[in-house]
Amino acid sequence: MAAASEVPDHGVVLLDFWPSMFGIRARIALAEKGVEYEYRSENLANKSPALLRLNPVHKKIPVLVHDGRPVCESLIIVQYIDETWAGPGRPAFLPSDPYARARARFWADFVDKKIFDIGSRLWKTKGETQQQAKQEFVEAMKLLEGELGDKPYFGGENFGYMDIALVAFSCWFHTYETHADFSMEAEWPKLMAWVKRCQERESVSKSLPDPVKVLGFVGVLKKKYGIE
Amino acid sequence: MGEVKVLGMWASPFSLRVEWALKLKGVEYEFANEDLLNNNKSAELLRYNPVYKKVPVLVHGGHPVAESLVIIEYIDEVWKDGPAFLPTDPYERAQARFWARFTEDKILPGIFGVYSRAGEEQKKAAEELKENLKTFGGALKGKKLFGGETIGYVDIVAGWLAYWIPMIEEIAGVRIVEELPEIRAWFDKFLVVEAVKQCLPPREKLYDLNRKRRENLLATQGGHP
Repeated sequence: MAAASEVPDHGVVLLDFWPSMFGIRARIALAEKGVEYEYRSENLANKSPALLRLNPVHKKIPVLVHDGRPVCESLIIVQYIDETWAGPGRPAFLPSDPYARARARFWADFVDKKIFDIGSRLWKTKGETQQQAKQEFVEAMKLLEGELGDKPYFGGENFGYMDIALVAFSCWFHTYETHADFSMEAEWPKLMAWVKRCQERESVSKSLPDPVKVLGFVGVLKKKYGIE
Repeated sequence: MGEVKVLGMWASPFSLRVEWALKLKGVEYEFANEDLLNNNKSAELLRYNPVYKKVPVLVHGGHPVAESLVIIEYIDEVWKDGPAFLPTDPYERAQARFWARFTEDKILPGIFGVYSRAGEEQKKAAEELKENLKTFGGALKGKKLFGGETIGYVDIVAGWLAYWIPMIEEIAGVRIVEELPEIRAWFDKFLVVEAVKQCLPPREKLYDLNRKRRENLLATQGGHP
């Protein structure tokens, strides 16, 4: 087993933490491309010397290490994976048309700007603040369902970049709806149908932790931060 | 290929980035200035960017692209004849995207912090900003520009700092890049690029606007300019 500060010269390592939606994106992307890699679980309360050395700027997971070189930030990692493991037999996450690519990037960026922040406020806060977060969440889901439309995937006929960006959050939906007291299925059936469709892909189903476990993890976090 | 229009605002660094990108590729475009100072957004803006209702929006052959970083990559991919903004190697591309995000997520809020605060809060914001700029400068690794000998993606995204920081230092009364020679050297190299010079907003007009805006921001907080 490699020392905590070392990564191999060759091969792929993913520094990750099981409930992280950002880490999940990387897992899905690697699985989609059939890339073999070493999964390293980080204890975020006690970050490994490798993590601190490989992501000195943010000290966050996920970090993808390829032949000893780190790539940080989940959407950047997904694009790196798409561009590095490309060619016949490997599905492209982004389409070839620049306008379609821009659209996918815009919506993945939307997920980054909105969902984590709003979702966090759903379980971290109460009262007025939580109500505000609920409203914002509803608006965001509406916009996402609008963008999905009647397509099987955000990418159109094919599962792609934007699908990866958002489906990583699906294991957190149970946590969000439990705290905010709504039903994702009832409110956004099209979106939830899309989630089910994505989960039929092994890359997705094997990368997503059990939503009940995620809720349990949030319970532990809440105790730690003194949130009721 | 379709007409190119930019819905922007003369004093917006985000809008400016898009103009720089188009100029560098030698693309002719129409610039439509949005009346944001009076919060008077055009029907076109609301139609083309319903999600955020913000500038800049690039409209190409009637198709809108929003979010400046997305727009810049789009421009890079459509106009392949001009100089490439992103390198071809996937690892180098990841590095460029990383530093572009760093300027948005770390440096931009820091600039706003220094600009919109006074006293102790401003001092704290300035210290953090200097640290982040130092880190950013380190990413240059002795190159002339982030793109190497020529302008690249990171230069286009972050170059507004070269024009805005000296102005903010004056307006906010705070030294930011005095002890960051690599950043100052990069500012100089960036500002002499022809395409960059062509789009810069008039300095005095921009200064005036930002000075007034800082006064208003501090007044609403009950501070001194």
